[in-house]
Amino acid sequence: MNSPVRPNSLRAGPDETGHFGMFGGRFVAETLMPLILDLEKAYGEAKDDPSYQAEMASMMTHYIGRPSPLYFAERMTDKLGGAKIYFKREELNHTGAHKVNNVLGQILLARRMGKKRIIAETGAGQHGVATATLCARYGLECIVYMGAVDVERQKPNVFRMQLLGAKVVPVQSGSKTLKDAMNEALRDWVTNVADTFYCIGTVAGPHPYPMMVRDFQSVIGKETREQMLAAEGRLPDSLIAAVGGGSNAMGLFHPFLDDSDVEIYGVEAAGHGLTSLHAASIAGGRPGVLHGNRTYLLMNEDGQIQDAHSISAGLDYPGIGPEHSWLHDIKRAQYVSITDEESLEGFKLCCELEGIVPALESAHAVAYAMKLAPRKAKDHLMVINLSGRGDKDIFTVAEHLGGM
Amino acid sequence: MMKQVPDISMTDRISAAFARARAERRAALVTYVMAGDPDQETGRAILAALPEAGADVVELGMAFTDPMADGPSIQAAGLRALAAGQSLKKTLADVAAFRRTNDRTAIVLMGYFNPIYVYGVDRFLADAKAAGVDGLIVVDLPPEEDEELCLPALRAGIAFIRLATPTTDDRRLPTVLKNTAGFVYYVSITGITGAATPNFDATAAAVARIKKHTALPVVVGFGVKNAVHAAAVARGADGVAVGTALVEALRASLDADGKATEKTVPAVAGLVRELAEGVRSAAKADVA
Repeated sequence: MNSPVRPNSLRAGPDETGHFGMFGGRFVAETLMPLILDLEKAYGEAKDDPSYQAEMASMMTHYIGRPSPLYFAERMTDKLGGAKIYFKREELNHTGAHKVNNVLGQILLARRMGKKRIIAETGAGQHGVATATLCARYGLECIVYMGAVDVERQKPNVFRMQLLGAKVVPVQSGSKTLKDAMNEALRDWVTNVADTFYCIGTVAGPHPYPMMVRDFQSVIGKETREQMLAAEGRLPDSLIAAVGGGSNAMGLFHPFLDDSDVEIYGVEAAGHGLTSLHAASIAGGRPGVLHGNRTYLLMNEDGQIQDAHSISAGLDYPGIGPEHSWLHDIKRAQYVSITDEESLEGFKLCCELEGIVPALESAHAVAYAMKLAPRKAKDHLMVINLSGRGDKDIFTVAEHLGGM
Repeated sequence: MMKQVPDISMTDRISAAFARARAERRAALVTYVMAGDPDQETGRAILAALPEAGADVVELGMAFTDPMADGPSIQAAGLRALAAGQSLKKTLADVAAFRRTNDRTAIVLMGYFNPIYVYGVDRFLADAKAAGVDGLIVVDLPPEEDEELCLPALRAGIAFIRLATPTTDDRRLPTVLKNTAGFVYYVSITGITGAATPNFDATAAAVARIKKHTALPVVVGFGVKNAVHAAAVARGADGVAVGTALVEALRASLDADGKATEKTVPAVAGLVRELAEGVRSAAKADVA
């Protein structure tokens, strides 16, 4: 469905050293470097192998339940009184979020590489659940690193992972959230190099991860193109997705990068506000190097990483995928932000008007649509990526809204 | 305000350290401490005590919030230093203070790239050179990222010391060694600092393998915990690096609030003395 990638295409990145402009790269310890080169080679071979692609396609259909619907959110459209709003229903995927698209690709790759032990980091637990699920399906050992703070606030997902046979390791170091879980996963990988595959959950980390995870998630945008063409006979006018590390957003955006008429909005978590505790790396950070890549980071003047804050555990990360940093710098995408309070308004609206309980991550995208849609004409076609379902968040929301 | 360092170029202090050890038919002792741990004043006192206690080369840790290749001990040391207000600027000032009384002992800064990147690479190299830094070990800069800091450092006259690991095979070694200077740091285990104890026979074999590719001294580190380990490693390498054990000795000397006590400096210096004896006990009678 996509037009071929032109030489000057915005979809051609990264370069052979893993850079999107100045962002990306391979900032890892020497112990990991040979592993990352192996992974890059294995992924390159798999991508061109019809049997790998066929297995992925079959599992996408029969196990994950793709394609996910593109749904016309009629009552929200009426209520906001502007743009015609569609939801890309990633929350209907098996395991309840977009995360599984990427995990499937990586687990099939791990199998090809003969790796029997899978490690992952998780924030909200959605990536951990998806990894535990595919590991159960393929009989692989699964260890999930999760910040001790997140273990507390996302208990249902911890239990789900354990039921699926994964070992959940609460991470006590640093700020005990997603960034520390990623540190600990890297420490595991550097220790267990021979048999271990590190299944990263977002479009960040050393090359080839940002590219590979984006490729796996791009199914979201490819389907959206086809579905919108079928429904409306043309491409959407705007795309909105929440951005933590940014995998659901990159998956939706990437197939549209060369369609310059399509407006692209990435929604960062502004937490308590951009002058207070937040997780908006682009709005409130600057370029630095962490977790294998150069990208926008929240840090102090000494280059020490600062703790992020968001009501949504999945957005609570002080960095962002390097391709997003590049899209921001070249102004192809706009990065905006939504506070905890605003996200709760998005959450409520989605529940009450559409009968869909969204993840707090996705509620950030909905909340931005509440601002943008009324300013757009009625023939403006807007797609919100409903990246995950909100069952995991109902206790957090109840605590804030006093519902229990 | 920084003292002008006389005559010898930066990397010469590193080669001189190994030459002196070689003349004594022993391996050099490379000691790691975290700058500013548990506070800047105590950190400086520890630094000043290291050469006399037997350290040939001093590795000084640059604190970072997210040290991906370090175990719990060095993670905690970095957080103690940061909590006490340590910064990269202060670490460079610590080196300059050390150099006011010592222009002989080589100092190698060890840490992660982000604080250096944010400080500004050119400004950092100029300030580091002025302070009297001889070398850098930056864990998250593999040869694939040499243009970031390694090549500018070499141009500035500061050695860029590379880590070689058990995953660095013969095919990759030339890539790793290409722009390295000062010495090669062989990480004896796959893992983080302070984790497993290495297999000393395998380590000696790995050092021999690396020496086929380079004339630089090879230092072995990660997992060397005491004088007995140091002696075992010293038999098969040009240098022995010890970090976590020193950081742990420091930690054990702190009071209940994590503050330095009168035992803190002697605790670190005392262990360095034991390690230096270990290295000397393994003096090679039959070195060619």
